[in-house]
Amino acid sequence: MSSMAAITVPSVAKAPIDVEGLTEKISVRNLDFFYGDHRALKDINVSLHQGRVTAFIGPSGCGKSTLLRVLNRMYDLYPNQRATGDVNLDGENILSPHQDLNLLRAKVGMVFQKPTPFPMTIYENIAFGIRLYEKLPKSELEGRVQHALQRAALWEEVKDKLGANGLSLSGGQQQRLCIARTVAVRPEVILFDEPCSALDPISTAKIEELIDELKEDYTIAIVTHNMQQAARVSDFTAFMYLGELVEFGETTKIFTTPNDRRTQDYITGRFG
Amino acid sequence: MANVNSTLYRFRRHRNQVAVGFAVAATVFGLSWLVLILGELLWKGFAGLSLSVFTEITPPPAAEGGLRNAIIGSLAMTVIAVVIGTPLGILAGTYMAEYGRYAKLSMVVRFINDILLSAPSIVVGLFVYEVMVAQMGHFSGWAGAVALAVLVVPVVVRTTEDMLTLVPDTLREAAASVGLPRSLMIQKVAYRAARAGMITGVLLAVARISGETAPLLFTALNNQFGNLDMNAPMASLPVVIFLFALSPYKEWQQLAWTGALLITIAVLALSIGARLLTAQRKTS
Repeated sequence: MSSMAAITVPSVAKAPIDVEGLTEKISVRNLDFFYGDHRALKDINVSLHQGRVTAFIGPSGCGKSTLLRVLNRMYDLYPNQRATGDVNLDGENILSPHQDLNLLRAKVGMVFQKPTPFPMTIYENIAFGIRLYEKLPKSELEGRVQHALQRAALWEEVKDKLGANGLSLSGGQQQRLCIARTVAVRPEVILFDEPCSALDPISTAKIEELIDELKEDYTIAIVTHNMQQAARVSDFTAFMYLGELVEFGETTKIFTTPNDRRTQDYITGRFG
Repeated sequence: MANVNSTLYRFRRHRNQVAVGFAVAATVFGLSWLVLILGELLWKGFAGLSLSVFTEITPPPAAEGGLRNAIIGSLAMTVIAVVIGTPLGILAGTYMAEYGRYAKLSMVVRFINDILLSAPSIVVGLFVYEVMVAQMGHFSGWAGAVALAVLVVPVVVRTTEDMLTLVPDTLREAAASVGLPRSLMIQKVAYRAARAGMITGVLLAVARISGETAPLLFTALNNQFGNLDMNAPMASLPVVIFLFALSPYKEWQQLAWTGALLITIAVLALSIGARLLTAQRKTS
């Protein structure tokens, strides 16, 4: 165990988590995923807890993004991709063919690697999603848009130019606009797929702060290549390798005393 | 540091100069014909341009007149062709790019569409002659418009599909991620992102059909009177140019030049409009 002390880990000063007291929001059981004949995920079992941030780390191609895209069935947009097993959201299996995908995705929001504002005004980018599921009077809609932008820490920067095109914002602002858009439809779970990999350090810090604030109200899953980021923002961490979930546990534990040799090697930068 | 005056380098530089020389010569050769054609067109076309061109109808041989009926006929048939062809083209292109991107049917449609895109327009004229003119027993503006619509469809199908394919999948995923059904995603997000390109496609289709003569010869034929009835034979600029240019009468030849100038200006305006729209898309 002496080698463990040599691990260079960013300070993970987190209070121990009372796992028993947490509510399981999403539970993944015996999940396999196929791209055509290629088995990209192998027998995945993992739980996402309500009000907590779960990070998925691992080298490129390990299946972490694939796993995230199963949680809102984004893979359903493409042919020849299928998942088997169970993914329970509040006890309901979302892999069931009877699952309404639009309702599922309104409940399980997603923020992508590259900012993807819609080609419309800043205001419309956010109002658009709200209008899909709720018929609100104009004043209330404006309030919701403002609230969403405030939650995404973007309001102060855009309040005077809500009519400007969403694409006119900087990359970091665009990403926060996408977060606001996701928050606006009041999801229960938010999936972040490498949300900072196209952003500068200052924007990254802002997004990380945001994730920390958002977790009070949402269940959050984040895929990241940046281990410091995973250590900073998450309560739980899952390490994936070659389509398998190697280790899952409290972030503090994974980053200080991992059980598996591969986890340790990856965290200490010996591969990946 | 290699010797700059080495034989190999000097030989390569020499060869480069020769190649550039050929390229410039070919460009000048090609362009000079274009300039000559345009120059002659402008020279002779503007000479006959007057208000009467727009107010008077095509004259009998050896008399003064205008092109009003031909201009109106061309406008009417072009507008109707676009009204028929654009929705069909956009719907088919949308199917291929959005719903049936991975379907066999899309590949078949794309293949046939490409053939239609390069089909000689006279074949289209003959086809419409068979299915409309022969059935109705007379030439008509409707048949002309339908023949032109058949030419519009493949252009619009192609540009719609291409422009929608250029819309990144990440945008579709983003739309799906807020719970947007596919139909709304296409209408509100994909069309918006591809709008400039799709409009450009329609403009290019209009530019293409506004100079077509062959399909109209078999369908709308011509009409020397100021006819507004789509159910009767109808004059159009290309057909009038064709007939008048081949005639021995000075006045008719002059009108043919003027008509050619009008078409050229219209196509030029459409092309510039298409360019502006494309440029706008790049900056936004």
